[in-house]
Amino acid sequence: MSDTPEPIARAVGLSHGYGDVRALDAVTLDIPAGRMVGVLGPDGVGKSTLLALVSGARKLQTGSLTVLGGDMADARHRTAVGPRIAYMPQGLGKNLYTDLSVRENLDFFGRLFGQGRAERAARIARLTQATALDAFLNRPAGKLSGGMKQKLGLCCALIHDPDLLILDEPTTGVDPLSRRQFWQLIDAIRAERPGMSVLVSTAYMDEAERFDWLVAMDGGRVLDTGTPADLKARTVSDNLEAAFVRLLPEDRRGSGGELTIPPRPQDGDDGPAIVARGLTRRFGDFTAVDHVSFEIQRGEIFGFLGSNGCGKTTTMKMLTGLLEATEGEAFLFGHPVDADDLATRKRVGFMSQAFSLYGELTVMQNLKLHARLFHLSPERTASRISELLIRFGLTDQADARAGALPLGIRQRLSLAVAVLHEPDMLILDEPTSGVDPVARDEFWELLVELSRRDRVTIFISTHFMNEALRCDRISLMHAGQVLVYDAPDALVAAKGAATLEEAFISYIEDAVGTDGDAAPDRKALADTPPGAAGGKPLSRFSPGRLLAYSMREFMEVMRDPVRLAFAFLGSSILLLVIAYGVSLDVEDMRYAALDLDQTPQSRAYLRNFEGSRYFLETEPLGSVAEMERRLRAGDITLAIEIPPGFGRDLLKGNTPGVSAWIDGANTIRAGTIEGYVAGAHYSYLADLARGAGIDPEAQQAATVEPRYRFNPSFESIYAIGPKAPAMLLLFFPAVLMAVSMAREKEIGTITNFYVTPTNRLEFLVGKQLPYIAIGFVNFILLTFLVVVVMGVPLKGSLLALSLGAVLYAVAASGFGLMISSMTRTQVAAVFATTILAMLPTQQFSGMLQPVSTLEGGGRFIGQVWPATYYMHLSVGAFTKGLEFRDLTRDLIALAWFSPVFVAVAALFLKKQEK
Amino acid sequence: MQSLLNIFWLGIKELRSVFSDMLLVALIVYSFSFAIYSQANAVSETVHNASVGVVDEDDSTLSRSIRSALMPPYFQTPEQIAAREVDRAMEQDRFMFVLSIPPGFEEDVRAGRQPALQIDIDATAVSQASLGAGYIQSIALAEVNRYAARADVETEYPVVLVNRRAFNPNGTQSWFAAIVSLLDQLSMLTIILTGAALLREREHGTIEHLLVMPLRAVEIALAKVWANGLIILVAFTLSVLIVVEGLMQVPVAGSHLLLIAGTTVYLFAAAAIGIFLGTVARTMAQFSLLIMMTIIPMMMLSGGMTPIESQPAAIQPFTWFLPSRHYMAFAQAVVFRGAGFEIVWPQFLTVAGLGWVFLAASLALFRRSVSTSR
Repeated sequence: MSDTPEPIARAVGLSHGYGDVRALDAVTLDIPAGRMVGVLGPDGVGKSTLLALVSGARKLQTGSLTVLGGDMADARHRTAVGPRIAYMPQGLGKNLYTDLSVRENLDFFGRLFGQGRAERAARIARLTQATALDAFLNRPAGKLSGGMKQKLGLCCALIHDPDLLILDEPTTGVDPLSRRQFWQLIDAIRAERPGMSVLVSTAYMDEAERFDWLVAMDGGRVLDTGTPADLKARTVSDNLEAAFVRLLPEDRRGSGGELTIPPRPQDGDDGPAIVARGLTRRFGDFTAVDHVSFEIQRGEIFGFLGSNGCGKTTTMKMLTGLLEATEGEAFLFGHPVDADDLATRKRVGFMSQAFSLYGELTVMQNLKLHARLFHLSPERTASRISELLIRFGLTDQADARAGALPLGIRQRLSLAVAVLHEPDMLILDEPTSGVDPVARDEFWELLVELSRRDRVTIFISTHFMNEALRCDRISLMHAGQVLVYDAPDALVAAKGAATLEEAFISYIEDAVGTDGDAAPDRKALADTPPGAAGGKPLSRFSPGRLLAYSMREFMEVMRDPVRLAFAFLGSSILLLVIAYGVSLDVEDMRYAALDLDQTPQSRAYLRNFEGSRYFLETEPLGSVAEMERRLRAGDITLAIEIPPGFGRDLLKGNTPGVSAWIDGANTIRAGTIEGYVAGAHYSYLADLARGAGIDPEAQQAATVEPRYRFNPSFESIYAIGPKAPAMLLLFFPAVLMAVSMAREKEIGTITNFYVTPTNRLEFLVGKQLPYIAIGFVNFILLTFLVVVVMGVPLKGSLLALSLGAVLYAVAASGFGLMISSMTRTQVAAVFATTILAMLPTQQFSGMLQPVSTLEGGGRFIGQVWPATYYMHLSVGAFTKGLEFRDLTRDLIALAWFSPVFVAVAALFLKKQEK
Repeated sequence: MQSLLNIFWLGIKELRSVFSDMLLVALIVYSFSFAIYSQANAVSETVHNASVGVVDEDDSTLSRSIRSALMPPYFQTPEQIAAREVDRAMEQDRFMFVLSIPPGFEEDVRAGRQPALQIDIDATAVSQASLGAGYIQSIALAEVNRYAARADVETEYPVVLVNRRAFNPNGTQSWFAAIVSLLDQLSMLTIILTGAALLREREHGTIEHLLVMPLRAVEIALAKVWANGLIILVAFTLSVLIVVEGLMQVPVAGSHLLLIAGTTVYLFAAAAIGIFLGTVARTMAQFSLLIMMTIIPMMMLSGGMTPIESQPAAIQPFTWFLPSRHYMAFAQAVVFRGAGFEIVWPQFLTVAGLGWVFLAASLALFRRSVSTSR
């Protein structure tokens, strides 16, 4: 199969599936070393899976894979060869940290590979000079253009001089000029390090010409391999796109033949469908769209050609009313764009760049939902859906969940949904990115039919040159500005260029001024000596790598001051709310008397309630019925009923009874009230005895002296004040930690953990450290509030309390790590962390009721929950005035939690993706 | 009419989304079954299982009978300790109460010298301290009096006080705790579920897709309110019938229909708060912090932990804006006091009003938040 004796990677019977979807199907392949190998094929054919498997980022399922002379199923081999492989995942800047600057990103990767400060500085200087990124060292990665992001991604991948460089669709969505520069850069690097093997995937067939050796893939299988010339010769094609289509099995080749577009009928002039005049949009100081103007005629296919981030999507959003224009105006069918104009919206179909239908619904459900939202009648819905299912070839997938479909089919569904209500205009934002050439041709057949037969105006954006050629007119967009717009042929002719791509590059060069500074500087690369750190073995555990993660996380947190302010300000406010709001001192409780006696004796009895600060007297009751009614209405919580004949019976010594009716709904309060009522009653009895000349105390056989220890005034604040921070010091670090971790999974930066020599502990603990610091700063703030604002003195050991706070923050963030290691999305992480932590912290940790007096499951949970020990410790240190040695038991208990949480997190966190 | 249809169909989509995420479903089931059951049953009777130490320097018949009178379930079996150990034992939290019986106590009682018992109380155990001390005091004195009178004589008081508890005659703690727990779960789940549903649509870009269709923001918001509210309402109803009334035997005095109607209104308000938070927050991290700052006060200040009238005057006006406070008052009235609509209508009105305020506020910010989300 290959003429190279020593392949860099060898796959035998390699298969990989996601649920029911088969991404790789028994692939057997030798990839030659020391060459630039291209993996060719549209999205969803298994290219990314193959590359991720070779890089070690994904876990092998079936078959065997040998890379750099070892088995990739063997963890030891992966660890050993990991530093020799560099992997740049698909998606613009997917493995970059958008909040960090260019230098910080590179520095982070350098640290992961154990490079010293001087070495990192030298390498960063060399790489950024070569890629002309040195002028932007301090710019956050998120604010770079698509092409620059890819260059930075490449720099990050090259920082440790890999022997195998794996690039997954590095140029998708990048403007043609940057794309050309990118390949020049790769060529320069290969010239410098000829031994390095490069494995690249691409969906652009024209790019594949520059590769040494190709692997054409479709449907999880390898169609053919060989040099570009071989493939073309074998299929008798003059370009690779045609060659690829001919390599496909018979039934996948589509209708064959070239797509022909009939000319647009020049009929009645009924005004332009879309008019934009000086449309401008700024985000802060960044101008995304800069005075864009154009007119689109009815029935025209108008193309918008430009790289990612050049303002295409923003312009489209302004036309649909999703975004308000900062300046300028736009008209659809002669009406100004107005977000509240529902009538115009019915005439427009929109298909956004990302798949924005509901993945959890089936194809049929998605279509029906949209038919209903556009108020199609049931008959019309049925006929329209069955018509579209046939026309878009979706009949077989009608009951499949949309999220599980291949991208090409999903895009067809999106288009079906967009045309469901027969709009007069379609706005399509990169509808064919990642769709294979055959599906793309089919898609265009549909568009042509809509335009020419139904006279639908189509406004489509793309970054494929050959698609742009099919439009009636195109506009070239770069950096927020429309450079020029006209028919594609006219544009090519105007520049005297051979292809549209060349014409576009020439227009961009006109716009940005002749380049030169942006081109790779071969000299800089050639001058620097080759890297020295290639074969240096890396240690299994490195504090440096751990700290690299901490530093990075810390910088990211610091870049979001809103979040930080929320965390500190929010917890301060909550502390005051909880500490003052939770009180067990019953005061001003509304009561009423039902005095059925109305004698001096009954009034004397009631006077004991009137003066009390606990009770607040309300209008007296007239009858039992009234008492029941007012108790029921919650107007009063206590009624004192004095029976008729109370005075008379008392004087006669007949022991009359008084009834106290207490609202028992709130049982905690009812218990307290009972105590107060009894107190008032006994004080009446004592008065009565003293009135009769008897000292009631002398009558007692013994007396009891209560001594309220630690809190002599017996105010709740001394108990709740020290306990309330426990709740906040748990929730804030735990939730922030969980979200941060889940975010890495959702955004994809977790790939850096998969493909760099980072072990789980370095990753988890490294990420945890900044949140421990946040927890501790929060502790200082809250302690200050407790002491100064609430006036609760810290009588005991500050050292023990501080140490406890650190251990507690470690435990809290550990809990966040544990939960997020088991959840996939940020939503689920927040949901699970909050719900699982709330009950034990609020109810089972001794906030109000000591854990030892709880029952059943609650008591057990309380005993294995960190908040219990921290509350205990805090009350001990604050109110009881305990010294360090008295608090060691709590400290030891607290110290146990984090190792357990982190161990569970490590268990669930896989070093490879499934 | 068309608007109502839109709201209906969008809501159906919402229901499908929730049910396709098994983790969410599992957490909802957990919250309305295990969480409620364990929270309500963990809260014990007023004084329960309190730890008592006794310094018995008398060691007489009387002191022994006092010791043995401190019994479960109120107290753990008293442990005897030496006088010098008291401070240390209290500091280490070994005992909540320490009862000290001085030497010659029995003799002094017999001689009518009125000796004094001493109770050391850990006053940081707020809820238990004063009640428990009262229990110990009355138990000890009853023993002393019985010993002094050498008989089981009832002390004759000129007036007898009879305490009667309306609506919960035995003062069963789990009744009230069950309602508090229900409220906590209602608030927490509805707000997170609804807010996260909105944020998820924003993150996946589907909200833009909806906004370019002939739909109004209010329709999108109301669809989320009804769908997520319905899920929680069903969970709530099942929880009341199966867990609260069935398993825990809490009687519901008022009308079930009224309870469900009031809960529906509350769910509307809570879901509106969720929408509001989902609109204001730009990222999940911010949303999660906002959630903390909203649900903790809602749960702590609803009146379930501390009665409203006992909260400081500075906080009380603020809690008026918490729908949970009004719902708590409503639920207590209906479940325990059997109140009818004529009594609870003000709460209905207030909660519904607050819900509209939050919804209106989110709608005002809706488009702006969508356009700044990227």
